[in-house]
Amino acid sequence: MIEKFSLYILPIMILTILTTALFKKVPVYEEFIEGAKDGFKVAVSIIPYLVAIITAVSMFKASGILDFAKNFASSIVPPDIVPIMLTRSLSGSAALGLFSDIVKDFGPDSYIAKLAAIMVGSSETTFYVLAVYFGSIGIKKYRYALLTGIIADITGIVLAIWAARLFFLASSVS
Amino acid sequence: MNYIFFLLIAVSILAGIVNNTLDKVVSAMLASCNTAVEIALSLIGIMAFWLGIMRIAEKAGLVQIISKLLYPITRFLFKDVKKDSPAVGNIAMSITANALGLTNAATPIGLKVMKELQEENPKKEEATDAMCMFLGMNTAGFQIIPATVIAILVGFGAKNPTDIILPTLIVTTLSFLTAIAAALILKKVWKND
Repeated sequence: MIEKFSLYILPIMILTILTTALFKKVPVYEEFIEGAKDGFKVAVSIIPYLVAIITAVSMFKASGILDFAKNFASSIVPPDIVPIMLTRSLSGSAALGLFSDIVKDFGPDSYIAKLAAIMVGSSETTFYVLAVYFGSIGIKKYRYALLTGIIADITGIVLAIWAARLFFLASSVS
Repeated sequence: MNYIFFLLIAVSILAGIVNNTLDKVVSAMLASCNTAVEIALSLIGIMAFWLGIMRIAEKAGLVQIISKLLYPITRFLFKDVKKDSPAVGNIAMSITANALGLTNAATPIGLKVMKELQEENPKKEEATDAMCMFLGMNTAGFQIIPATVIAILVGFGAKNPTDIILPTLIVTTLSFLTAIAAALILKKVWKND
């Protein structure tokens, strides 16, 4: 059902836009080209910001410091979840990679896999989004955008732990 | 951002020396420079496509209709955006695309929103309240169905891969609302330097 839903939503959206436009006598082809011209410019303009954030994050990941962070885990969270907590705001692909590892190591029905799933599924890569979005328009002073993102991230982590305990801890203990 | 960038790299190199993983750190550094460019290049096509479609939506008046419908909400959240600005409609489209997990569409639309907000920005190097609010909403990662996560669970043969949907939805909704509340409060108390 979910797959079907996401399969239909995009084509329907595009069809609605095109039909309405044609109905209102908008020259759809020419306007498409006009809009699409910016695609190259925007993509190229974010390259420096992508290089900065992706390089820094992947160096961080490769340094092995995340394994070290496992030692700080308490009884509230399983130690293997700590690297996900730390990376989910930095890199989506890294968090997904760690999530796959956990599912592989502990099984997809384990408590830790469910906790990791909630954590990854409810997060967005704050630093990446800020660097790329602000970078694309040349903003240097982020003001309180970073703090807002971090507050939301921390709330998300705490709530994920709470939700996982509420929904899954009683039924499966691992 | 200056501190974060510095810390990430400095800590990585120091940890690389301590953990004896310096070779991995260096090769990660070299490889990811290419990865970054590849990501940007792979964005060009999808970016052009969505910017084209969004331009048609705008010319057909669809974005403006969404803007008007959501005006009672957005007026409250984005006080400094003009009433007839296309940014409001595009903000709604961007949040919707994110909520539906349409990452490919969300990034181009989001970047378009930033450009439109920048046009109304009197100080070009400083973020506006609207930008902080928009990015706060964006980084909270509101998503109705975490499709990628479910796909991975299914891939490893989970018994009930969909039972994470409800808890995830609760968490993502609450952190989304937290982001909005945080942005609204910080707007009042943040001192500009």
